Amino acid sequence: MPTTLDHINENRKAQVIDIQGGQGIRQRLSQMGIHPGDTITILRYGALRGPILIEIHGSQVALGRGIASRITVEETE
Amino acid sequence: MKIAMAGQPNCGKSTIFNSIAGYKAITSNFPGTTVKYTETRTHIFGYTCQCIDLPGTYSLTAGDAAEREARRHLLSGEVDVIINVVDASLLIRSLELTLQLLELEVPMVLCLNMIDEAQRKGIQIDVQKLSGLLGIPVIPTIATTGKGLKELFIEVLSLYEEKKKGKTLKFSKDIEETIKELESDLKSVWKEDNKVPLRFFSIKLLENDELFVNEIRHTPYSFDRLRLFQERLEQAHGVASDEVISSERHALAMNLFEHASTVIHPPKKDIRIAIDHWVMHKFFGYLILAAVFYGFFNFIFGIGGYIEKPLIGIFDQWIKTLEGYLGEGSLSFFLSKGVLQGITGGIAIVLPYLVPFLIGLSILEDIGYLPRVAFLMDVFMHRIGLHGKSIIPFILGYGCSVPAVMATRILEFPQHRFIVSILTTMIPCAARITIIFALVAFLISPNAALVIFALNLLVVAVSGKILTTLYPQANLGLILEIPAYQLPPLRNTLRKSWYRIQEFIVIAWPILIVGSALLALMEYGGIERYINWFTSPLTHLLGLPFSVGTTLIFGLLRKELSMIMLTQALGTSQVLTVMTKAQVMVFTVFVTFYIPCLATIAALCKEIGKKGALLTILFTLSVAIILAFATRVFFGIIL
Repeated sequence: MPTTLDHINENRKAQVIDIQGGQGIRQRLSQMGIHPGDTITILRYGALRGPILIEIHGSQVALGRGIASRITVEETE
Repeated sequence: MKIAMAGQPNCGKSTIFNSIAGYKAITSNFPGTTVKYTETRTHIFGYTCQCIDLPGTYSLTAGDAAEREARRHLLSGEVDVIINVVDASLLIRSLELTLQLLELEVPMVLCLNMIDEAQRKGIQIDVQKLSGLLGIPVIPTIATTGKGLKELFIEVLSLYEEKKKGKTLKFSKDIEETIKELESDLKSVWKEDNKVPLRFFSIKLLENDELFVNEIRHTPYSFDRLRLFQERLEQAHGVASDEVISSERHALAMNLFEHASTVIHPPKKDIRIAIDHWVMHKFFGYLILAAVFYGFFNFIFGIGGYIEKPLIGIFDQWIKTLEGYLGEGSLSFFLSKGVLQGITGGIAIVLPYLVPFLIGLSILEDIGYLPRVAFLMDVFMHRIGLHGKSIIPFILGYGCSVPAVMATRILEFPQHRFIVSILTTMIPCAARITIIFALVAFLISPNAALVIFALNLLVVAVSGKILTTLYPQANLGLILEIPAYQLPPLRNTLRKSWYRIQEFIVIAWPILIVGSALLALMEYGGIERYINWFTSPLTHLLGLPFSVGTTLIFGLLRKELSMIMLTQALGTSQVLTVMTKAQVMVFTVFVTFYIPCLATIAALCKEIGKKGALLTILFTLSVAIILAFATRVFFGIIL
């Protein structure tokens, strides 16, 4: 079932389905190596609705919750 | 010959650059250390080379000001050879930039840096194969130890001789067709002397890249016509045309990675992940953060205080001896006293705190702690309308406001850059930290100094809230790479610290000595009275000694001057004999916040404009007066 990245639990993997938002956000994410079809591992959540730490293609990236909520994903395992 | 070092942030460009240039470019372990290019002229095997170290850029679609700077150089058409530095352990993402650089059709060498890190992750890269696939030489290196760098530059030179370009890899058939058609369609407006290849230009237009779309607006070619080509891609793939191209590049990069590398074993169990479990923990992360900064504080004070005390004693003795020789009230005594106090200030008051501070900051930067702080602090920065990335200019601000103001280039939005630039000038820089340590911690108590630091953070936060309310900006949120921890060779960390200490010795210290001598002469000639008279409304309001006024004016040149001249103006290095503890607090609070020094004002003018600089001056001056006055009232009540 598709959901958004900020709804996946820690230590779970999810596949990116779509990125909602304009060219700006899409490009910033694609520069970090995040594209539809890629698999993201959720590493940890920051305190008090802080950012989410993810792993993508071997690098770690911190994403604010606002950004994460625009990434539609499907949990894979 | 012009060589450009290009690559994604934090891949080691500056470390390689420094290996041929000497220590010229600051290196750290966080993305975006280089925000402005650094240039050097050097001789490599008899060739005169101009080598430029560019800010890191994730792609050629520029997002922030630092990336725009890199792109400007790469598109200038003046670069003879590009050294594309990549972090070998992050090959897929890095290759996406490599593919774009290849489209520029400039001779290029791929430098597979941090090859040891890739091996630790279990990634084996077939260098020969990758080189064949891209059509360019590929050299594995470890920049921090210098491994492979000689081979790299030999390859650069032979590329320059041969002018051999790499392959431009092809996209899917339908996209290639669209590119070809757009290319021939553009021929009518295409000038041969254009600085970038036609194919690159066409791809950028299909990506709807602002810079290039604006360029065709100056030609008879209509945007609507371009739009037809973009729509063709969009209809075929069901997503925006820029996404079509970026997905294609991503697929190409993945493909290259699969062909040229094998994952031979799962990543070795990495102690760094266990460390991050604690360092970025919801609760312990903040505890560690507090402990790190508290420890840092005690480290500086421990060393500085230990050295300051005996040195001041020795220099005081010298001044007394001098007085005996030259006679009190003689011009030669005033002059030599001024010079001596300037020298004392540097050796006994500034350096004991500055050296441990800069070494400590360099260690924190090089290990890679700062991005973790950004992660932890993001949620609080949101409360004041910013996001976590802005913590990096703030932390650099504790070193020096000038690089801190420049570091705002890593922020995406002009409004954020504007606000963070103003706020960083209120963070006490090394010079002001020295004042806080040498006056408050040393004379009153270390805890009083901690109070000043805490008060400072509170004021910066409140000011941030006020400024973001005045200049609202839709906040996209944090997107920040968190690099792996590194244990940098101690040599690099020390060289960086030395590079920064040198800045004090070569630039600031002479100013301190001259300023101190000048003040002594003014005192001798009785001129300083007029300046003090001019500042008397302020000193009177804050309840400070009349003679302190001059030091505040001189502090605008260099913040350290305020303190060094304080002893000069008061006529004794035993400050507490002529000023009460409350007065010392008021003075320090004022000096911590008021108008940034000249060098910072110049940096502000450049980064946020004259109006912004003026606003900063007025804002910080008002904050300083209000807070210093509040401190005075507070002490008036409790004492």
